[in-house]
Order: sequence, then structure tokens, then C-alpha cells
Amino acid sequence: MSRPVLEIRTSPHVRSGASVDRIMLNVVLALLPATGFAVYAFGLTALCTLSVAVITCVAFEHLLCKLSRKPTTVGDWSAVITGLLYGLTLPPGLPMWMVCVGGLIAIGVGKHLFGGLGFNTFNPALVGRAILQATFPVPMTTWVEPMGADRLHTVVTSSLALPFSRPEVDAVTSATPLAAWKFDQELAATSDLVMGYTSGSVGETGALFILAGGLWLVARNMMNWRIPVSVLATVAALAGLLHLVDPAYPPATFMLFAGGLMLGATFMASDMVGSPMTHGGCVIYGVLIGALVVVIRLWAGMPEGVMYAILLGNATTPHIDGWLRPRVFGTRRRAGEEGDA
Amino acid sequence: MRLFGRKSFPHGVHPPESKDATRALPIRQFAFAPLLVVPLSQHLGKPAVPLVDEGQEVVRGQPIGRPDGFMSVAMHAPVSGTIRSVHPAPSASGHMVPSVFLEPFPGSTQEVAEGTPCDVETATREEILAAIQEAGIVGLGGAAFPTHVKLSVPEGHHVDTVIVNGVECEPYLTTDHRVMLEQQDDLFHGLRYVLKVTGAERAIIGVEANKPDAAESLRAALPSDLPVTVEVLEVKYPQGAEKMLIDALLGRQVPSGGLPFEVHALCINVATTAEIGRLLPHGRGIQERVITITGPAVKDKGNYRIPIGTPLRFILDTVGVSDDLSRVFMGGPMMGPAVASLDVPVLKGTSGVVAITTAESRSTTEAREYPCIRCAYCVDACPLFLDPSRLGLLAKNREYDRMAAEHHLMDCFECGCCSFVCPSHIPLVQLFRVAKRAVRKAKAAS
Repeated sequence: MSRPVLEIRTSPHVRSGASVDRIMLNVVLALLPATGFAVYAFGLTALCTLSVAVITCVAFEHLLCKLSRKPTTVGDWSAVITGLLYGLTLPPGLPMWMVCVGGLIAIGVGKHLFGGLGFNTFNPALVGRAILQATFPVPMTTWVEPMGADRLHTVVTSSLALPFSRPEVDAVTSATPLAAWKFDQELAATSDLVMGYTSGSVGETGALFILAGGLWLVARNMMNWRIPVSVLATVAALAGLLHLVDPAYPPATFMLFAGGLMLGATFMASDMVGSPMTHGGCVIYGVLIGALVVVIRLWAGMPEGVMYAILLGNATTPHIDGWLRPRVFGTRRRAGEEGDA
Repeated sequence: MRLFGRKSFPHGVHPPESKDATRALPIRQFAFAPLLVVPLSQHLGKPAVPLVDEGQEVVRGQPIGRPDGFMSVAMHAPVSGTIRSVHPAPSASGHMVPSVFLEPFPGSTQEVAEGTPCDVETATREEILAAIQEAGIVGLGGAAFPTHVKLSVPEGHHVDTVIVNGVECEPYLTTDHRVMLEQQDDLFHGLRYVLKVTGAERAIIGVEANKPDAAESLRAALPSDLPVTVEVLEVKYPQGAEKMLIDALLGRQVPSGGLPFEVHALCINVATTAEIGRLLPHGRGIQERVITITGPAVKDKGNYRIPIGTPLRFILDTVGVSDDLSRVFMGGPMMGPAVASLDVPVLKGTSGVVAITTAESRSTTEAREYPCIRCAYCVDACPLFLDPSRLGLLAKNREYDRMAAEHHLMDCFECGCCSFVCPSHIPLVQLFRVAKRAVRKAKAAS
């Protein structure tokens, strides 16, 4: 035998094959069914919104890496997820330049100001959307009707509005189911909600497609199912109870399928970076978000509360992780306090 | 702890087993190398005191080192030959260890010198423990902890169950598997000594479900005079870790920082037990052991009985390796250290020598490190329910005291599950090794 060059590496010498970029790519793939339905329901307008959102986020991520003289992190797909999720939460027909501004905020403020991947306490897509909502309240609550006849070959003119001009809306607009209930006491049909024949954000209406993507991630062990399940179960239980007490409150099915709950619970609350590490912590976090959604929707001034509920949930994550540590093998239930044996 | 199906412990990982190449191959005797290097410290504790001088002739099995105190064991000549020198030599760990260089006589036989027999019926507990120490027996599962120390149950404590560890959860390794199939009489006889010394009422042989042939044939051969049963465990890493095995079989958790006797249990490896049964009746010492030589880079893979002190280069030359050999590690891939030089010898604690090629090592060499994304894979993998993610962040800030005081760093036994699953490829277990060393050093200094 010749004298081989031996590699010195520390054990373990085998790896599971999991990697950050593979997890992120799978999240992108899991979002594709919902994205496909969004483009089907809102046509070319949705495609433009989503493209601008993704391109802005990826390009800005690349630029920020270059400016800070670090290797670009575009290849890990996390900026694509932020862009796609952000785009899916926007009203179709939002002027493109606003989409662009929100994307810059999502990546610049939501992600990199907090320290980049792994340190972004708050979901970057929702940070972008929240600031946009506060800055441009009217365009952010103008909703185009889905399934418009010429949607597949024309773009809603408001999308093309120039910066700082007043956007003209030529498409048919209608209130979202949540706004219709809150302000006009109109309850949308459950079948329309489930099938996505209602107005709303680009990607929040295709409930079944969102759930299909979520199931795929759970099957691949890339999502903690306890989070979406506890969010949805809490909303269903609280709403069902309230509806039972006072039928003026909307039923549980309406609360589950209206608005951004499905998209938020499945893809945003469950974001690994912003959610707790332990299974028990995930359940507490999910219940908290679910309860906040019900409270904001039913008693606050605005019709929808998923975005704020998740951002508040994100804020509690470090505290939940601090309180709820796994019990170390061979220690009594409250280890640190009793002095370990 | 039993939830559904087979006995097991919570958490853990499932690395590819990679045992097919050698599991069915009977143990074969290995040839003598032209020069053997026998380190006088192959165990935890104090090195043995050399009994031989340069130029002296020794016979196979003759003691060449005597134990230096209680935390030490004897060394025996692995072959008849001439002592060339006694001086420090690099060991697999990279440290310089006083070693005996032994050149075999041409045409040396496999005959082994006999000593004073230790009969299990007539010997006292103390005589058996002394005989185990004189036989140079250490934990053959890899830890190389002196067996007579492990079997000395402290005054005032009672061990009710001896667990014979035949789990062999590390990928690639099949030595314990072959010993369970081929050395059953030695194993049962060794168990008689162990039960007598510990005073335990019963013994359980724990076997992972990927060795059904071993479990079945052991069950069929159980001697009627021994209170021993065979239990089959789920295939999961690290099922063979002492704490995990006791939890899986008895449902008892060894206290954090404690030892198994505190929960009235004692674990001993199958090969160690078989070695007690093989050596003590003849008053012999360990001069060879069964080692799995395997890995994608090895041509003639197998389970070999190899003299202690045989250099890796001679072993790999004999079995043949492919040209794209990239890494050699001793033991299994989850915990075994990679060697820097092929001139280091195999030791009593060497259960396997695995050689892999560039293709297999790619999964660890080409892995780019990302920041922690809090996926919690490590939290769900750690068999001790530590928080490797948080420990990793603290280690990178060198907050070693906090890791030990608040996060049970010193409980970590470096099984490698956290590094195995980490999608960010953070070298968690290596960070913990460094941290543990720093904590021990600071403790020793204060």
C-alpha cells in the first residue's frame, strides 16, 4: 500500500443527509400548490405580484450579502421562501412598487437587521407586510374579485400604478369574507371558502392546496405538525364555543377557512426560526396564536388578525424556550431548582 | 421503557447500519505483524509498569506490564518474540504513550502461556476481581474502562440485575454479533464470574433486533443453572449506551452524573464477558481481540482475531484497500476517532477499523456550515434530553461554565446524534468535547 493522505475529521463520520438548503427548497415546493391556485384564481395579476415579491427579496438579499462582504446566501432558498410567502399575503392588484418596497423591508428589516438566517425572531414576510399595512392602509385593503373573466391575459391596472400616484382600480372589487362579516354581518358560504371562490390575499384562499403542501412537509419531517394543528384546533374550539353561546358569532368552519388562517398557521407560524424548540412549547405557542386570532377577529377594530397573532407569537418564542426546557435524563422534574442529584 | 413494539429508549437516531458485508463472516485468526507496538496505557487510568527490558525474550501471554494501583490493568505479550525497546510512541488518540516494541520470532506459534487458573466455584469475590485485573481485562465495547473496577460494587450498594450488552448499535461493527454466535460457552461461563462478583440475582442479555440469529441461538443455548434471559431491542442508535440500555430494559434512569449501581444495575459488554470466561479458567491475559475490519475502502472485509499492538498499516496491507482511501477510523462511525497515522496499533478497546473512500467521506467534507435555524432536530435526537442547539450557541461564545452549570454539559457522552442530524452541519459534538475539556481543566486548576 502506498502512503495515503488521511483525512482527519471528528466523528460522526456519517450524516443524516439533512441540510438547510434542502429543507428550504422543500418549503418552496410545498408552497407551489397554493401558488398555482393563486395564479389560477387571480390570473396574471397574482403572477406579477408574486414574481415582483420573489425577485425583490432574492435580489436584495444578494445585494446585502455583497455589501457586507459575505458569501451570498441566495443559494439556501430562504429568501425565495420569504419572497413567496410575502407575495402570497398581499392583496392582488397592489401596486407593484409597493410590493417592491415591502420586499425590501421584509429582507432588510425583518431578516438582516436581526442578524440574518436563524436570527430573524419575527417572520420576515410578515414584518414586510405589517409595515406595508401601516403605511398604505387603503391599497392593502382593496380586494379584487377572484375568477375574473379576463384575468388570465390582463393585469389589473392598479398593479401598474406609478409610485406616489393614486391607483385607479378598474377591476371588480369586493370585501373579504371577514370584512363582510365584521362590517356588514354577511356570512360567506362555507363551500365558497373551502374552494377559494372568495376575495382575499393572493395565496390565502386556496385552503385545500395550502393543507396539501403542509402535509407534504410534515411527511418529510420538515414541519412540526403540532404548531398548525394547535393553532387550528384552538381557533375551532374557541369559535365553536362562542358560536354555541351566541349564534351571532360566526361558526367554527367560517373562522377556519376565512382569511389568512390556513396560510398563516401552516406556513408562517410553523417557521422553524420563529417557533419554539420543544413539542410542548410548540403547542403553547400554537394555542396562543389561535386564541389571539379569535380575539382580534371578533373584538378588535380590524377584520383579520392572523398576521399580528403570529408576530406576537414569535415574540413569545424565546420566553417559551426559556421556561420550558426538556427534562434532562436522570434529573428530577424541576432540575435546576432542586440541585441535581 | 416500552411504549409500542420492541423495548427501546426515547429519542436517538437511525444511521444506516452498514453491517451486511461482515455480519455473516466467521471470526478468522490474523497473522503476526513484523513488529508489534503494545502501549502500556490502553485503558482509562494509570499506565501499567513495564516488566521487560530491551533485548529480553518473552513468550505469548507472558505479562509485560503490571498494574500500577487499582485504576490500572496488566499487559501481556501478544506474541513470542524479542523486546526491541520500551519508549513512548504515538497512539490513536495522538498522545505519546509508553509502549513496548516487540519483534516476533520467525514462525511464532499461536500457543499461549498458562498462568494460575481462577476457578469460579472455589475463588472468592476478591480473588476473581484480582484475576480480572491481572488478565488485563478492560471494557471491549470501546470505552476501555478497567473491568475489575466496574465490577467492584461499592460497599452498601446492591446490584440486582447485570445487563450483558450485545446491542452493538454502532454502524459497521459486527464483532459482538460474531462473539455471541461463536463464543457462547465463554460468554455464559464469564457471566458466572460476573454474577458471583456482583451478587446480582439475574442477568439480561440485550441484543438489537438486527441480530435475530444471535438472539435465537443464545436463547436455545441458555444453561439451566444461570438466571439469564435474552431480550431483543429496537434497532436505534445509541441503544447500546449504558444509560439508554438500562432505561430500555429496566425502565430505570441512571441519575445525572451518577453510575448504574445507583439504580441497582450493572452493564458489561458481551465480548468482555466472553473474554472473562475464556481467560480466567486458564490464568491467561488478553493478548488479542476480535475486530471488524470493514468499510467501502477495504477489500477483504471480515471479523478477525487480531493480536493487540498490530499496527493499522499491517492490517490494511493484509486485507487490501482501494486507492481512493480517504479516512480510517477506529470503532464505529458515530463515535470512533479518525487516525492521523497508520503506524498506530490496535488496542484492547478497538472494536473495529473502518476505512472509507472519498465518495463516502463527501457527506462530511463538503457540508457547508449554516447558522442554526432552530429546527429542533438535535433536541429530538439527544438521548439525554439536552438542548444541543443552545449548548452549541453557548460553546461558540465560549461560555463553558454556563454550559456545565445550567445545561448539563458534563452529562453529554458524545454519542454524536446531534451532529448526525444537524441540517446546518454545525460540529456540535466536537464543540462539546472542547467545552468539556475546558471545564475539566478549569476544575483541576482550581
